[in-house]
Amino acid sequence: MTLTFVMMEAPFENARTVSVLRLIDAAIRRRHDVTVFAYEGAVAMTFARQAPHANAVHGRTAEEEDHPLPKDWVAGLMTAAQQRGVKLEWINCGLCVDERGVAEAIPGAKRGSPADLWKASEASDNTLVIGTR
Amino acid sequence: MKKTLQIVTSAYRCNSEEQDDPVVWICQAMKGAGADLDMLLEGTAVNYAVKGQDASGLSFGTKAQTQPPRIEEDLKRLSAKGIKVYAIEEDVAARGLERSDLLEEIKGIARAELPKFFAQYHQIWRW
Repeated sequence: MTLTFVMMEAPFENARTVSVLRLIDAAIRRRHDVTVFAYEGAVAMTFARQAPHANAVHGRTAEEEDHPLPKDWVAGLMTAAQQRGVKLEWINCGLCVDERGVAEAIPGAKRGSPADLWKASEASDNTLVIGTR
Repeated sequence: MKKTLQIVTSAYRCNSEEQDDPVVWICQAMKGAGADLDMLLEGTAVNYAVKGQDASGLSFGTKAQTQPPRIEEDLKRLSAKGIKVYAIEEDVAARGLERSDLLEEIKGIARAELPKFFAQYHQIWRW
């Protein structure tokens, strides 16, 4: 099966981002091909300059904190897809990238447009939009 | 080609910064790319159907906004391109709006009609 997911939520603001990653992860584990169209704030999910930090409240160094960064989770999903022989295509809405200044994305994240979303949707068995509030 | 219904559920979230509603905008863009779609305004988004809104005049310090969002024009443009735009009647009434407050292009639909209405579409995208 081929699935398209649209996500809008920016990282670190809401549980929706993690919920979408759970769904993508589940789809990949079940060997479905997945296209993700990241729209609006979600284009920051793959921003390459996200950086981990220590946690002084819990007394942990940066290494001990092992802070999960969204870009690393997305990269992990890309690796998992590759290992399972399925496709994970990550498309960031280009205009959204520009206005947010997050053009430096991890390898594998592409720049696209609404036309790419429509094409992906047409080529998919189903499309799930998880918007934002 | 799949026919989709695009449901807009929240309004005025980032219109000033984007100078658009992002969902109304992307629907116009997808239509331009050949998509077959209609739109349903739900909840607070039914406010988009109200005539005569004016978001012009915003400025912070020396920086003025020269291209304010013009959702009314966007909805009229969608309609002119053959996209039907619906608003849920109960959500309109709950906000104290009358039919005469809304753009002519907007079609009302009651909640009870939604199941049958949804069945006309291959997919429902709820933003």
